[in-house]
Amino acid sequence: MSAEVESGSTHSTVEEENLALKEYRNFLPSKIKKDIWSSKFLLFVESLSVSFDGFKAVDIPHFGIKHGELRVIIGPNGAGKTTFCDLVSGKTPPSTGKVYYDGKNITQMDESDIALMGIGRKFQTPTVFDSLSTYENLLLALPGNQDWQDNLLKRESEQEKNQILEILEKVNLSECRDMPAKSLSHGQRQWLAISALIISKPKLLLVDEPAAGLTDLETERTADLLMELAEDHTLVVIEHDMDFVRRLGQKVTVLNEGRVLAEGSLEEMETNEEVMEAYLGR
Amino acid sequence: MKPVAQQLVESKRSLVLLAILGFFILPFLYSIDVLSIGQINMIGRYMTFAILALGLDLLWGYVGILSLCQCTFFCLGAYAMGMHLAHHGGPEGIIDANGWKLPACLFVVYPYDVGESSGDALVPFFWKPFWNLPLTILLGLLIPAVCSFVLGYFVFRSRVRGVYFAILSQAIAVAGWLVFCRNDVKLCGTNGLTRFDVIAPAESLTTFHPEDAKDQWIASHDGDMGQDLNEDGKLDQLDYSMAEVGFSLSEPNVQLSLYLLTLACLFGSFFLCKWIVNSRLGRVLIAIRDDESTLNFFGYKPHQYKIFAFCIAAALAGLAGMLYIPQMKIITPSNMEAVRSVLVVVWVAVGGRGTLRGAILGALTVNLLYNYLTSEHDYGLFSWSPDYWPIFLGIAFVLVVLYLPNGLIEVVDRFRDRFGNKPNTNPIEKV
Repeated sequence: MSAEVESGSTHSTVEEENLALKEYRNFLPSKIKKDIWSSKFLLFVESLSVSFDGFKAVDIPHFGIKHGELRVIIGPNGAGKTTFCDLVSGKTPPSTGKVYYDGKNITQMDESDIALMGIGRKFQTPTVFDSLSTYENLLLALPGNQDWQDNLLKRESEQEKNQILEILEKVNLSECRDMPAKSLSHGQRQWLAISALIISKPKLLLVDEPAAGLTDLETERTADLLMELAEDHTLVVIEHDMDFVRRLGQKVTVLNEGRVLAEGSLEEMETNEEVMEAYLGR
Repeated sequence: MKPVAQQLVESKRSLVLLAILGFFILPFLYSIDVLSIGQINMIGRYMTFAILALGLDLLWGYVGILSLCQCTFFCLGAYAMGMHLAHHGGPEGIIDANGWKLPACLFVVYPYDVGESSGDALVPFFWKPFWNLPLTILLGLLIPAVCSFVLGYFVFRSRVRGVYFAILSQAIAVAGWLVFCRNDVKLCGTNGLTRFDVIAPAESLTTFHPEDAKDQWIASHDGDMGQDLNEDGKLDQLDYSMAEVGFSLSEPNVQLSLYLLTLACLFGSFFLCKWIVNSRLGRVLIAIRDDESTLNFFGYKPHQYKIFAFCIAAALAGLAGMLYIPQMKIITPSNMEAVRSVLVVVWVAVGGRGTLRGAILGALTVNLLYNYLTSEHDYGLFSWSPDYWPIFLGIAFVLVVLYLPNGLIEVVDRFRDRFGNKPNTNPIEKV
């Protein structure tokens, strides 16, 4: 079953819409008008695959994330969810295929250049800088100061400082602002990682297992935080926790063995034979 | 940012202590003859090692790059200053066909081609810029910095890191040593650069006139034509001493001034490193040490920062080398042997990796101990032999790693916390 596309409202005429859909099915975005695609999708990939020692970890003929969408990717262990994020964010170079973001081919770009274009990423394990304080962690995540000259000479502006304090307040880390990140609890580290992602103001957020290892209350609050983000960002959330996915209540993509197995609402997925089979391993 | 202010307060006390000790107490002890000028000179040399250690600490303690070629950069600076001093030093030296004075140490081991005689020896082109003192100082900082930039650009950009970088840098140290050992390079081979007599800043700004020098010499020696060493009837070996035009390096006052200059440079280097570490760039450096790959995903290019730190460390090593030479009065390739660079790592580890004060403390402590324990001492019950030093250093290193993972500076801090009025509450690292 291939990825279906809902008819969006970005195209004015029915003709144009149909053309777009047709092209999406054939999916040769590099050969036809790219702007049709980039107007509809913030991120799309074309015949993307990667192999590790002959094992195809990801093999996706075509897949797109629309502007402003919150998409949840689920799938059993080893389905290639994280590898997909690695491919998009430039951590792993793909064996074949192309990744387009915002109308540009970003397949061969450095992870830092991709990040500067506005793709932010949170890893499965919360990656924070242990020796730095909570405040300093967010300071480094601020956008627009990534060059070394800037960092040597400039200090943070009052506005940036308030921005950090505001977000610390929001995730209940105000009291820990001068504590080194290594002394934070797991949940606090998750939130610090998410806060760092938010403050870096990306257009597209790849969030890998935001609820892993959190208590129920923390999970709830994380879901609320993501929903709030989804109002003005495009998000891709990878998650195992079905309650969490249900709470988000968004379109779900199921990956299995590196392929897109099904797409739809969570309820649809729960009754889908193929999905059940993949999960239960029948 | 609060931690910065806190850090300033915390490291102030030990700095003030070092300043009082270095600028006042030691010169005072010298003036009342408790310390000899030789000992002042020795401490001055160890302070250049402290500058070297500061650079490595910035690199290893903050960015997590273990560089095992810092002594190569040290020697690049040392050879730059060595060439300068050899130019102006003497006492003898010949005038080459182009009218340049060939330094004595180079003349002795000049690599002649087959058929060439002593008259064919020429001052190599790369020696000539080092006649000028300001240019020498500039080159002594720039050459190590440029070398480290080229190395860093290729190595860090291709993401060579951790132990692989350490091995690579060690290989570079060995390669550098092999190059400087060769006589054909015209850097005096294994003999090294010697015969340093004077620092002559004024003369270094003028062009050398062999005829003037000859006349001057003859006038000052009552017409005695001096040493006709090769006995060809011509005066081609000038007994050419510049003691009148510069500051003699064997003068106690000059040595004391060099010591004070070194101490000032040590403070300068410390504040430079401190400024870097306390800036936002310093936070990025620590972030690289913690988790380099995550930093990429915030749009940073860690290799830029690593190259920057590597260049600063190399320039500091060059500065240290330039200050070391006039106090040591000889530089040979043995100073850039691989083991020397490893020793710098030991100083930093013993003193306290990741704290700038620790690097200074480590370099001074280990070297003063080295100086004391490599001479014979009779303690009545047993006598200490210099041969025990490597064993002592090994045991000390293991003990520090086991019981003081943060180095000797931890002892200082604990002592201060117990007896000082303010316990240390800042969990962020102290500078």
